[in-house]
Amino acid sequence: MSDLHTTSSGESHGSVSSYIIGFVLAVILTVLAFAVVAMHSLSPSGTIIAVSVLALVQVLVHLHYFLHMGGGSEQRWNNMCFVFTVGFVAIFIVGTLFVMNNTAIHMMSR
Amino acid sequence: MAHDTTVTTSGHDEHHHESPVVFGFWVYLMTDCIIFGSLFATFAVLRNQFNGGPSGHELFELSGLGLETALLLISSITYGFGMIAAHKNEISKVIMWLGVTFLLGLGFVGLEVNEFAHMIHEGAGPDRSAFLSAFFTLVATHGLHVSCGLIWIVTLMVQLMGTTAIPERMMNKLTCLSLFWHFLDIVWICVFSYVYLASMI
Repeated sequence: MSDLHTTSSGESHGSVSSYIIGFVLAVILTVLAFAVVAMHSLSPSGTIIAVSVLALVQVLVHLHYFLHMGGGSEQRWNNMCFVFTVGFVAIFIVGTLFVMNNTAIHMMSR
Repeated sequence: MAHDTTVTTSGHDEHHHESPVVFGFWVYLMTDCIIFGSLFATFAVLRNQFNGGPSGHELFELSGLGLETALLLISSITYGFGMIAAHKNEISKVIMWLGVTFLLGLGFVGLEVNEFAHMIHEGAGPDRSAFLSAFFTLVATHGLHVSCGLIWIVTLMVQLMGTTAIPERMMNKLTCLSLFWHFLDIVWICVFSYVYLASMI
C-alpha cells in the first residue's frame, strides 16, 4: 500500500467518500441486525439466519471499504493467505461443531 | 528520532507491490484470525452449558451492546480519515484523528471492563459455568487486542509529534495499525452477532 506511484492509488487506500459509503452501509447492517433481534418478528431459527447473513454482508463491506481488499494483482498473496485462513477456520469451526455434537449424541449427554 | 534515518534507505525497495512489512503484518492478522476462530468454535460448543447459572438471555442487554458497537464502528471511520490525512502528509490532522480514535477505543474498553465487573459482581464470573468461561475468554481476548491497539495508537502519536514529513517506514506502521484496527472491528461484528445477539433470541 506504499503506492506513491501506482495509478490506482485512490483504490488501494480509499477516499473520504469510500469510507463514508462503507460506514453508512455498516451502520445500516448493524441497525438491521439489532432490530431483527429486538422486534422478535421472526422465528428463532429465522432470526439466527438473518443475523448471520447480515454479519456476513457486513464483514464483506468492511473488507472492501476499510481493509481495501480487491482483486488486483498486487494483492494476490494477501488474497491467497486470506482464502487459506477462511477455509481453515471454516473447516475448523464446522468440524468442531460436528464432532462435538456427534460425541454428545453418542454419550447421551444432551 | 530513530526512524527518520531510514528515509534515505527506503528508496531501494520501492516497487509496484505493497511493502513486505505490510504483507508480513497481514500474515500475522491471518494467524490472529485462527486464534479467534478457535475461540469462536469453543464458544459455539459450550454456549448452552449453563450449569444452572445465568444464560446470555438474562445477562446481555441491547443498549450497552449497541453503544459498544457504535463506538468501535465510529473509531474505524475516524482511523480511516487519519489514514487519508497521512497520505496527504497532514501530520497535525493525523495526530488529531488518531486521538479521536484512541478516545473512542478507550470508551469501548471502559464499557467492556464495566460490563465484566458488573457480571462478576453479580456472581456471573468466568468460574460460574462453561458458557461463561467461553464467553469471557472470547470477548476478553478481543478486548485485550483493542487495548494493545490503544497502546499502539499512543506510540504512533508520540512518534509523529514534532515531525514534518511521514517517511515510508512511518507510513508502513500506520498502515499496519489500520489493518489491525479494522480487523478488530470485523471480529467484533462476529462477536456481537454470534455471542450477544444469538444469545438474546
